[in-house]
Amino acid sequence: MLGYKRAVGVGASLTAIAVVLSGCAGAGGGGGDDGDVTLTLATVSNPQMKDMEELKGSFEEQNPGVTVNFVQMEEGDLRAAVTADVASKAGQYDIVTAGAYEVPQWGELGWLKNLTPDLEDDADYDVDDLLEPVRTAISVDDKQYAVPFYGESSITMYNKEMFDAAGLEMPNNPTWQQIADFAKQLDTPEHAGICLRGKPGWGDLFAPLTTVVQTFGGTWYDEDWNAQVNAPEFKEAVNFYVDLLEESGEPDPVSNSFTECLNLLSSGKVAMWYDASVAASILEDPESSEVAGKMGYAHAPVVETEESGWLWSWNLAIPETTKNYDEALAFVKWATSKEYHQLVGEELGWTRVPPGARNSTYEIPEYQEAAAAFAPITLEVMNSVDPVQPGVNPQPWVGIQYVTIPEFQDVGNQVAQLVADAIAGRTTVDEALEQGQPIAQTAGDKQK
Amino acid sequence: MSTASIVADVGVEEPQLPPKIAPTDRRKARQARALVLPALIVSLVLTQIPFIVTIVVSFTTWNQLRPEDTGFAGFDNYLTVFANGDFLSSLWATVLITGSSVVLSLGIGLGFALLLDRKFLGQGIARTLMITPFLVMPAAASLIWKFLMLDVNNGMVNVALNAVGLPSVAWNTDLPPVTIIVVMTWQFTPFMMLILLAGLQSQSREVLEAASVDGAGKIRTFQHMTLPHLRQYIEIAVLLGGIMLLQLFDPIAIMTKGTGGTKTLPYLLYERAFIGLDIGQAAAFGVITVIITLAVASIALRSLFKVFVEGKVR
Repeated sequence: MLGYKRAVGVGASLTAIAVVLSGCAGAGGGGGDDGDVTLTLATVSNPQMKDMEELKGSFEEQNPGVTVNFVQMEEGDLRAAVTADVASKAGQYDIVTAGAYEVPQWGELGWLKNLTPDLEDDADYDVDDLLEPVRTAISVDDKQYAVPFYGESSITMYNKEMFDAAGLEMPNNPTWQQIADFAKQLDTPEHAGICLRGKPGWGDLFAPLTTVVQTFGGTWYDEDWNAQVNAPEFKEAVNFYVDLLEESGEPDPVSNSFTECLNLLSSGKVAMWYDASVAASILEDPESSEVAGKMGYAHAPVVETEESGWLWSWNLAIPETTKNYDEALAFVKWATSKEYHQLVGEELGWTRVPPGARNSTYEIPEYQEAAAAFAPITLEVMNSVDPVQPGVNPQPWVGIQYVTIPEFQDVGNQVAQLVADAIAGRTTVDEALEQGQPIAQTAGDKQK
Repeated sequence: MSTASIVADVGVEEPQLPPKIAPTDRRKARQARALVLPALIVSLVLTQIPFIVTIVVSFTTWNQLRPEDTGFAGFDNYLTVFANGDFLSSLWATVLITGSSVVLSLGIGLGFALLLDRKFLGQGIARTLMITPFLVMPAAASLIWKFLMLDVNNGMVNVALNAVGLPSVAWNTDLPPVTIIVVMTWQFTPFMMLILLAGLQSQSREVLEAASVDGAGKIRTFQHMTLPHLRQYIEIAVLLGGIMLLQLFDPIAIMTKGTGGTKTLPYLLYERAFIGLDIGQAAAFGVITVIITLAVASIALRSLFKVFVEGKVR
């Protein structure tokens, strides 16, 4: 009996060791003995990335001997994995997905390959077709460190039925004051006037709120990295946002970010929403949304600037440590090519084509038809935002709803927690921002 | 060396006490010790090396996204810990949230344990159902509470409040600590209940019968017979429940994100290490947390808990 148990135990541990070893081989095995290449792609698990995995067979057919292995991770884990990989020069990953916030930082640290020469040399790839603001956001000193896979901006989305019932009309370029007036009139016991993110986090609350701050004339840092969190413009903008939520926003805002607001809007519980343009494709899907076909879309609301949408893209980049650069480059080009967009449209459906990456996508007739409600405005907004100077004054970094310094996640999170206290009425906005100022300044001092 | 000499001394001074250890026994003892040694070394290495590494790291400047800027930091990280005020407020939040959850789940758990201790039809099913919340993963439990129970529009709690004519409560916005305490209490009530139920069932029926023969009412029996009997079980339940609740992180990460006085030590550590990416500072927070926990635990274990005090006397 004991002997049997021991045998089971030994067997189990051997299996465990075997699993661990084969796991290592799978992740680290760059080139095989017979010239075959396995590319390891570390990616966040977004729907568009899953589509890419589904279609990778097409790339493998065109490139015999190359297989692509997808490793899905959470955003935070991905960062840790890439950091460790690059620091230890292990070369585990041949391709990584990185957000617009990380690409310039990782590029400057020398973690990513500069793709500019290779992309420009290939006339078929047509690098100039990529949306200019997105390219700007992922380049440092004219060196492009990644290729946009898909991108988004932020727009105003509104329920046309509710607007008609109240006799209101949304202009194409609304101001925040107009939005506040509309929200007040549309706020009824059945539905709230507007949904805005209140969940504390640099990527939650502060994504839309930073664009509000910028169009009110405020900014996180001035040109010399002096924090401007307690400046009058910043305070005015946050006060406006908090008052708007208080007067005609959704109940329990601190619980809400993108997904929660999306649910509220698609079930007809709110009349308006200012958030990521990518939401439009979900709102227009009759299977998941009760308001499909009833929605209208407009530019992001403004005050002092011409345009106030944010800019975000998920990109494919090649770590400096890869041992299969040529094959990795071929895959990156394939996944962001015009042909790939055609392939997605034909195989998976035209609404699933990655948006906000290539201008030519918006000229495909099938795509125009499938995405008629939101494609034109997405392209219009994305081509008119300015990541170099989104606010009223020049800023020392490139990017709209974030600051491309490593400390920003932390600063954004902490200040967002303070603002959430103000939303709940436990402190005032002014007090919260006075507390946030030194937090932001400590991070700013490190950039000087 | 020293143990051997003590043993020898004892043998000389008081020959009538333990008989002198025979050389073969001593060899056996040495052999036994040698056999235990590898396991002891492994467990020391496994448990102590990470802590020592943490202490070393806590004296370095190490931000994950600034790999070029690492080095010895002296006490800088520790100064930051105490200078920015996060630590004390977080300590207070931890005490408040863990303490209330322990007390509430213990009280409710005791009530359920008393009910389940009676014989009734479907007792087994009732017991299994009562234990379920403890078996749900904390992350899943937090999601259930966030979307099904406490949602402001159609969460069951708010629907129930509306049904009796009360307005909906925006739990996460207005009452973050209460939200967390509710979820934690829900999850740990079954745990407390299980331990107390074991205690109740180990109580001798004869004692209870004798008490009722002597004319003691239900309340007096509970107060003077059952509760003293349960004391050790309550202590164990509080200790284990406290340790587990102290580490609970999921409801805060999923529901409140640390606002409104819900930033407990585990969440603060997570924030420093994975949002701030400041490994050095996070390590310093960790070391101080360990020191405080050790201090509190040793005082509490030695003075408050009868279980451990008695064990020492024996």
